[in-house]
Amino acid sequence: MEIGIEHYLTVGAIIFATGMFLALGKRNAVAVLMGIELMFNAVNLTLLAFSRFSVAPRPIDGQVFALFVIAIAAAEAAVALALVVAIYRHRQTIDINEIRLLKS
Amino acid sequence: MSILGQWYDVRDLSELIAGLSGWLRDTFDAGDGVIYAVSGLLGAAGILAFVGVTAIINIWVERRVIGRMQNRLGPNRVGPFGLLQPVADAIKLIQKEALQPMVADPLVFTLAPIAVFVPAILAWSILPWGENMTLANLNAGILFFSAMGSVAVLAVFMAGWSSNNKFALIGAMRVVAMLLSYEIPMVLAFLGPVMFAGTMSFAGIAHWQAEYHVWLLFLQPLPLLIYFISASAELNRTPADIAEAESEILAGYHTEYSGMKFGLFYAVELVNALLVGAVIASIWAGGWYMFEIDRVVPGWMIFIGKTYAFYFVLMWTRGTLPRLRIDQLMALSWKLMMPLGLFNVVLVAAEVVVWAETDVSAGMLLPIAGLLNAALAAILWIGWMQFLTGKMQRLPVRPALRSDIGVPEIAAPDHVSAVARPV
Amino acid sequence: MIEDTGIVIAFWILAIMTVANALMVVAARTLLHAVLFLVLSFIGMAGLFITLSADFVAAVQILVYVGAVAVLMVFAIMLTRENWNNEYALPALALAVLLGTALTFAALDTGWPTPPGALPAVPATAAAIGDALLDPFVLPFEIASVVLVVAMVGAIALVREED
Repeated sequence: MEIGIEHYLTVGAIIFATGMFLALGKRNAVAVLMGIELMFNAVNLTLLAFSRFSVAPRPIDGQVFALFVIAIAAAEAAVALALVVAIYRHRQTIDINEIRLLKS
Repeated sequence: MSILGQWYDVRDLSELIAGLSGWLRDTFDAGDGVIYAVSGLLGAAGILAFVGVTAIINIWVERRVIGRMQNRLGPNRVGPFGLLQPVADAIKLIQKEALQPMVADPLVFTLAPIAVFVPAILAWSILPWGENMTLANLNAGILFFSAMGSVAVLAVFMAGWSSNNKFALIGAMRVVAMLLSYEIPMVLAFLGPVMFAGTMSFAGIAHWQAEYHVWLLFLQPLPLLIYFISASAELNRTPADIAEAESEILAGYHTEYSGMKFGLFYAVELVNALLVGAVIASIWAGGWYMFEIDRVVPGWMIFIGKTYAFYFVLMWTRGTLPRLRIDQLMALSWKLMMPLGLFNVVLVAAEVVVWAETDVSAGMLLPIAGLLNAALAAILWIGWMQFLTGKMQRLPVRPALRSDIGVPEIAAPDHVSAVARPV
Repeated sequence: MIEDTGIVIAFWILAIMTVANALMVVAARTLLHAVLFLVLSFIGMAGLFITLSADFVAAVQILVYVGAVAVLMVFAIMLTRENWNNEYALPALALAVLLGTALTFAALDTGWPTPPGALPAVPATAAAIGDALLDPFVLPFEIASVVLVVAMVGAIALVREED
C-alpha cells in the first residue's frame, strides 16, 4: 500500500472541517479557540505534505513556513486567551452570543 | 582491542545486535523491516530493564545516602543494611487500595500517572550508552528531550485538576509555574554544547567530545550549573520542592493518589532524577568517553558510572540545601539564570565563529575558551547575583552575650544555692 | 509515493488517531476532556509530521502546542468556569461538512505533480532550517520575534489586575 500526497491532504481536510465546526458552532470562546488551533494544525500538515512531495528546488521552505505558522499560532493563542480571561472578568460570561455588543 | 568486531565483544553491544541481524537475515531471509523491529525491541527491552532495576535500587540508594549525609542511618531494618527496603516499599504500594475520590474525574485521574510516566521513559531512548549504542539517534535529540519534559507539565496539571481538591490544584499550579519558568534556562543551557558540537543529537555531542579529547564541562561550566539547577527544579527536588513539601501544601498534586498510582509518580521522580544524571553525563561529561580508558573498560559501564556520579551530586544537594520559597525560585530562574544563559549563547557563538573563520587549531582554542568561559562564569554568576540582591551574603555573626550588652544581673535570693532543689 | 512499510503502518495508525481525537473534541462531555482530546490530536499530528520527515517541526509542535498552548487553554478553562454546551448548530455542521467534502474532493481529484516512484531523501532538517532562516527568510524571522514580544507584552497587559 502506498501513501501519496492525497492521503495527507484528506486528513488535513477532515481536521480543518472539524476545526471549522468548532469555531463556528460552539458558544464557548475557548471552544472557538480550540477550533482555530485545529485549523492551524491542519494547515501545517498540508504545508508539510506539499514540502515533502514537491519537486521544488528548495523543499525545506515548507518546513520553515510551518515553523512560522506554529510560532504565530502560539502568539495568537496567548493573546486570545488573555482576552477571554479579561472578558470573563468584566462580563462574567464567555458565551459568544452574549458578548455581542460593546456596551454590556 | 583485537576482539572488537565479534558479536561476543561485551564492550560494544551493537556488535551483538549486528550479529543477531546477520543471523536473522541468513537463516530466515528476514526483511529489513523485521530486523529493524527486532533490534529496536531488544534495545528498548534492555533500556526498560535498566530503568526498572535502577528505579528500585535508587529507592534504597537515595534514602541511605541522604541519611548518611544528614548524620542519620537511613533504612537499616528490613534486610542487611536495609537492602530489602525497596521490596518492602513496592509490596506496600501494590497491596494498598488505589483510592479514587468520588468527585474526581475517573478517566483523567487514572491517565495522569501514565501521562507522566510515558515521556519519562521515552526520553531514555536517545542517550548514547556507547560509541555505537544509541537506541534512537535522533537528529534533533535535544529538542525531543525538551519536548518530553514539557509534556510532563500538562500531566501534572491533569493530576491536580482531576483530584477535585483545592490543595492539589494549588500545588499543581505552583508546579506548573515552576516547570514552565525553568524550561527556558534549561534549553538555553543546552545551546552552548550544541553550538560547539554542531549537532543536536546526544550521540553527536558525545562523539564530538571523544573526537577532540575534551569534556564539555571544562569548556562550558556555566551552562552545566544552569542546567543542574534547572533540572533539579524540574524534578521538584529540594531545594525546589515547594510543591511537594509536606509542611507546605500536603503533598501537592499527588495528594489524592494512593497505592500503585502514587507509586508510579514516585517511580517517575526517581527515573527522571537518574535521567538528568545521564543527560549531564552524555552532554557535559563525554558520555562513554573517559580519556582512552574506554578502549579497555566497556563504554556503557563508564556511562552508567558517570550517571550515578551526577545522580550522587543531585542527592548531595537534596540532602544539604534548605528549601527555597516560590518567589525566590522564580527570581532565580527569570532574573539570574535566563540572562546568564543568553549571555553564554552569545559568547559561545563568538568562540565558534572565531574557531571556524581563523586558522587556529583546536589544541590552542579549546583551552583558551575553557579558561575564558570558566572565569566569566565565576565573575558573572557572583557579580550578577550581587547586583540583583544588593549586598553580599554576610558571614555568620556570633550571637551577642548578655555580658556584652550589659543586661543587669538578676540578684539571687540568699538562701538559694547553686544546685537546684527538688520541689 | 511513500512505500516504506513502517511509514505506511505508522501513517494509518496516526491518521486514524488524529482524526478520531479531533472528532472527539467535538463530542467530549466536559471542556477539560475536550482539551485533553485536543492534546492527543496534537501528538498525533506530530507523529504525522515525523512520517513526512519533518522531525524538527514535529519536536517544535510538541514543545509549543502541547507544552504551551494546551497549558494556556487549561489555565483559561480553569479561570473561566462556563458550561460546555453540546448543542449541534446545524448551519455550522452543514458548512463544515460541505467544506470538508469539497477539500477532500479537490485533494483526491487533482493530479498533483509529485515525483513518481520513491521520494528523494531529505537532508538534515535542523541544519537546513537554520540555513533557510538566516539567509532567505531572515526578515520573517525577525518579524516573528517582534510579534512574539508584542504578544507577550499584550497578554500580560490584558490580564493584569488594575492596581
